[in-house]
Amino acid sequence: MDLTLLVIQCLNGLQLGILLFLLASGLTLTFGIMDLVNLAHASLYMVGAFICASLTFATGSFVWGVVLALPLTGLVGYALERGVIRHLYTRNHLDHVLATFGLILIFDTLAHLIWGAEGIAVPLPGFLDGQVELAAGIVFPTFRLVIIVGGLLVAGGLYGLVNHTRLGMLIRAGASNRTMVSALGIDIQTLFALVFALGAVLAGLAGMLIAPITEASIGMGNEIIITAFVVIIVGGIGSMRGAFLAAMLIGLIDTLGRSYIDDLFKAVMSAAAAETAAPAVSAMLIYILMAVVLTFRPQGLFPPKVR
Amino acid sequence: MAVSRSTGSSRQAGIPLTALATLGVLVALAVIPPLLQAAGQEFYLTVATRLVCLAIAAVSLNLILGYGGMVSFGHAAYIGIGAYAVGIPVHHETYGDWDLVASYSGFFHILLAVAVSALFALVTGALSLRTKGVYFIMITMAFSQMAFFLFVSMETYGGDDGLVIDTPSEFPGVDLGDPLSLYFVCYGVLLAAVYLVHRLVNSRFGMVIRGAMGNDARMKAVGFNTYVYRLTAYVISGAMCGLAGALLGNFTTFISPEMIDWTRSGELMFMVILGGAGTLAGPVAGAISFIVLEEVLKHFTIYWHLPFGVLLVLTVLFFRGGIMGMVRSLEERWRG
Repeated sequence: MDLTLLVIQCLNGLQLGILLFLLASGLTLTFGIMDLVNLAHASLYMVGAFICASLTFATGSFVWGVVLALPLTGLVGYALERGVIRHLYTRNHLDHVLATFGLILIFDTLAHLIWGAEGIAVPLPGFLDGQVELAAGIVFPTFRLVIIVGGLLVAGGLYGLVNHTRLGMLIRAGASNRTMVSALGIDIQTLFALVFALGAVLAGLAGMLIAPITEASIGMGNEIIITAFVVIIVGGIGSMRGAFLAAMLIGLIDTLGRSYIDDLFKAVMSAAAAETAAPAVSAMLIYILMAVVLTFRPQGLFPPKVR
Repeated sequence: MAVSRSTGSSRQAGIPLTALATLGVLVALAVIPPLLQAAGQEFYLTVATRLVCLAIAAVSLNLILGYGGMVSFGHAAYIGIGAYAVGIPVHHETYGDWDLVASYSGFFHILLAVAVSALFALVTGALSLRTKGVYFIMITMAFSQMAFFLFVSMETYGGDDGLVIDTPSEFPGVDLGDPLSLYFVCYGVLLAAVYLVHRLVNSRFGMVIRGAMGNDARMKAVGFNTYVYRLTAYVISGAMCGLAGALLGNFTTFISPEMIDWTRSGELMFMVILGGAGTLAGPVAGAISFIVLEEVLKHFTIYWHLPFGVLLVLTVLFFRGGIMGMVRSLEERWRG
């Protein structure tokens, strides 16, 4: 086995894991605190990518695009919470799924109306577009490395925010007992709106980071949101630490599965059989993992300590 | 005593409005599409055939969602399985290989669709039903994603691009290639499905799953193994939905993994909720409204998903109980 390739694939897995974490952390916040299943998180991911694409062309710089698009995506999230989402808190999960599925249809069509049916490729500035040699023979695209490092910084920041600030304290308190927090005089409505906006910013950031690699396109979030849900379920719903660890795990399993299951299968069965089975199994791998986890540890691998 | 007598007598005052609505929906489906076909509007018959196939799927989902409280977010998987249970045998009968499953026989297709769907439901249901709430929603979705990727990766059957069903299922005396015959076959299956669900939910079995939806702990305390009852309902529902898929495959003559996309499962859920979950005719009424609305909006704009999405959100927020719920409250207002 080629060691260089393995290292690079691990880095790719890590990069996918980071993106998944950015999405899953928002889901964790909204699910853990508001008990809300939000499929429309996928739309915020897409909206972030599109706003960033437009701003990149307007300002001529991807970096400015991201910096300006982040608060705008947060604003979209805030408006969404005020307009629709807050009416869902008292409803059951089925209603959440259906209403936010409706929101996906609305956002996808709005994106179609505003940005057109074609995807938008986002150009990277020169200093991000190249490759770096990490060690002898290990060459990795600079931008993907930026995603990994940036994502880890965001994860660290989020950890600090949740565990060591007043807002974080309110978030944790809201997660364990909503009624008590509001009884203590905290404006729970505003807190929820802020938390939702924060989740929107994180989802938007993920969209902005992936846009230069793929492109900003309609429905771009509809596939990865499902993976993000797999992440929070495997990690244990409501646990930020669980979301992070599960995101890394799933990013790595998915990436390594796609590159190595082929070889693994060829070792134990005929080449022809491996050829057919490998793609199927590697695509299903994370769902198999989720089914196994739910069967043997329904509360997830790293459930939150509270509740 | 007096109270119970008065409600009793008001019930007997005539045929309940909900029953009338149920009958009306089913009769309308029997009469209107063939009449339109006779009037030369063949397009409407194809819309109606798709509608009836999806109505069967919605009826099957309603059995577990509406009466059992099991929110399956992966029911489109069974539609896909059913459709491929027609496509794969036809493919092999036409192009060779795999003699064991190669067949044009409709009975074989139906048997395969129902058996494989039931098996898939048994295995995934046995695991899924160990979980509750949002976990159940997500694990059923995960299993349907597995089915999705399984069909995507099967290159022999077209993978992503899908599979053309060259010839419809063959039944003695019935030609499914004829649009009107196909429609009536689908309609007959829909009637049978509605009747089956009606008998099931009003039987002892149905009372147990409805009881378990209301209060699982209490049903267990009374001595019912609710897990087994739920699993049985889940398998019946999956098999029924597989049958709907086999019919849909015959109708579209082109099948692809896209039929299993999670958004399809979401649409099925919407049909059930729109019509009224836990009512007999609700899913049928929901499927009719869904498809008719879709066709009308498509006619006016390519951006039809926008009003459709708005309607979905509004339905969830303000139209609780769905169409049949509205009928029921009308009935209550009438009777005082």
